[in-house]
Amino acid sequence: MSAHAVMHRPADEPVIRVRGLVNRFGDTAVHEDLDLDVRAGEILGVVGGSGTGKSVLMRSILGLRRPTAGRIEVFGHAVSDAEAAREVTARRAGVLFQDGALFSSLTVLENVELPLKTHRPEISNQLRRDLARSKIQLAGLPAEAAERLPAELSGGMRKRAALARALAMEPELLFLDEPTAGLDPIGAADFDQLLKTLQRALELTVFLITHDLDTLYAICDRIAVLAEKKVIANAPLAEIERLDHRWVREYFHGPRARAVRRDAADSS
Amino acid sequence: MNREPQTRPTSHVTAPRSVDDRPALRRENDTLIAHGSWTLEHVASLAASVDSLAASGRRLDFSGVTRLDASGALLLERLLRRSGAGADDTNLPAEWRRLFDAVDQSCDDVPQPRPATDPQWQQVLERIGRATVEVSSSSRELAGFLGLTVHRLGRTLLQPSRLRLTATVHHMEQTGLDAAPLLMLLASLVGAVIAFLGATVLRDFGAELFVVDLVTFAFVREFGVLLTAILLAGRTASAFCAQIGMMKSREEIDAIRTLGLDEVEVLVIPRLVALLITLPLLTFLATVSGLVGGLIVSVASLDLNLTMFLERVTQTLTLKHYLVGMIKAPIFAFVIALIGCLEGLRVSGTAQSVGEHTTTAVVRSLTMVIVINAIAAVYFMEINW
Repeated sequence: MSAHAVMHRPADEPVIRVRGLVNRFGDTAVHEDLDLDVRAGEILGVVGGSGTGKSVLMRSILGLRRPTAGRIEVFGHAVSDAEAAREVTARRAGVLFQDGALFSSLTVLENVELPLKTHRPEISNQLRRDLARSKIQLAGLPAEAAERLPAELSGGMRKRAALARALAMEPELLFLDEPTAGLDPIGAADFDQLLKTLQRALELTVFLITHDLDTLYAICDRIAVLAEKKVIANAPLAEIERLDHRWVREYFHGPRARAVRRDAADSS
Repeated sequence: MNREPQTRPTSHVTAPRSVDDRPALRRENDTLIAHGSWTLEHVASLAASVDSLAASGRRLDFSGVTRLDASGALLLERLLRRSGAGADDTNLPAEWRRLFDAVDQSCDDVPQPRPATDPQWQQVLERIGRATVEVSSSSRELAGFLGLTVHRLGRTLLQPSRLRLTATVHHMEQTGLDAAPLLMLLASLVGAVIAFLGATVLRDFGAELFVVDLVTFAFVREFGVLLTAILLAGRTASAFCAQIGMMKSREEIDAIRTLGLDEVEVLVIPRLVALLITLPLLTFLATVSGLVGGLIVSVASLDLNLTMFLERVTQTLTLKHYLVGMIKAPIFAFVIALIGCLEGLRVSGTAQSVGEHTTTAVVRSLTMVIVINAIAAVYFMEINW
């Protein structure tokens, strides 16, 4: 069936559906009976303290890690089905890893070309280069950055290059692992805006792990809070703020959150 | 937060995939009409029709586009640019307007074509030239590094408390103890082969006893130290380079400097001192193993016994021969440690660079060891040692 089957599904059908997920490392459980839905066309911010298994959750959804128990469906395909999982991650989902994970021996252009070369061999070299260049520019990089090696780029540019690679296959679903970590506030704000623009233009569903309160306030439609080995809440920001939970209170009502909220209120 | 993207697709839910969904570009009079699904799946065929038709159209009609992604938008943008039609009169369905604009804006500056490459013969010449310059500059660098290291080594000798004892012992274990079993095996096998070789040639002259001389001279003067150095050039130079190279690429070297430490003193001196101690010891081990290998072959296939062998060894072997071999051990230790560490420090960032420099470290230290050994052999022969 076509890669765009999601368009023909009822709008309320979640793109990602996690039910009863259990992840254990030896004796320590990271997730215990975790449920999560990600709806089509939304930016879901996933927050939680260190060690609450945000990245583990992402790796489980991507099929990079086999969960101890539970069921994960992406676009209605069970991730435990290795074939379907690979199909989903390779063609319909893009991933931006924490430090970009660009291939260090390839130039930015070659990095972006790689998925196209692998999955769309019928595209001519020239056209593939043009498509890759267009993605690089769409990610907000100057055209001359294409010929550079990842090591020659700044942290922010590396993230953009990695985003260009994640977008290369025209994914419907984008996974981002702390995209603004390590960026200066201006760079982080720019990146937030870029994400928002691209998400709206390309109609992406975004699974976004972040610690960055600015990101949460600026671009997320809903927030999933990971605590006590579960998703304790999955709702729009306003509802989450009202939640009576120790960690949520500290997180959303600590000094830094207050400052961000003040800024958000000022600008609106 | 129910935004447009969530509601829009529902309009297609009931519509089955019709012929209209098939992407195409056709010309009617002077109007180019695009319809169907302009997505990455079909981009290859669409690009061909864009290339062939773009110049012939005066007006554009994108109203039939049912599905668009960034790749398809790039082609539409290209069509727009080549045909010279205005962006406003394309009739692109409103739902795709935002995507098209995003792609259109990012394409503002036309990417410059790749710079023309020089002809092949010029590139060959260029590579030769580059390699020559590289060799001369890197030997200068090695000489500089040698001076720096000797200075730090001298300082460490004057103030022995500066030496990092734990690190030194750790490297002695890795480069010395761990290499010993393999080295002994290799040396005894080479010793056995030399004895065989000698036996075949010397038997014709009835001079089997001289097999002992051959094995003794070969190992005490040359092979003991050479085998050790070759093994360590492969085993240790690469390890040093990769260890320091990874530290370099993770900015650990910079951290060492900013903490007021000296990277040569912290990283190079312990490795160098470890090799200076272990390489002579390993050389001794290799020499003895080689002799044992020769002994086994002599006893097994020649009419010699243990006493005769040892007697012959004590008759021929003098301190001079032993020194000729041993004097080279610290020199080789210097060569291997310095080249390994220097290449590690020259690593820049990428994982590929670590690989390249590790290769260089092994190749260069091997070459240096063999060249120095050859020069030394001629020298000692000339002074009749």
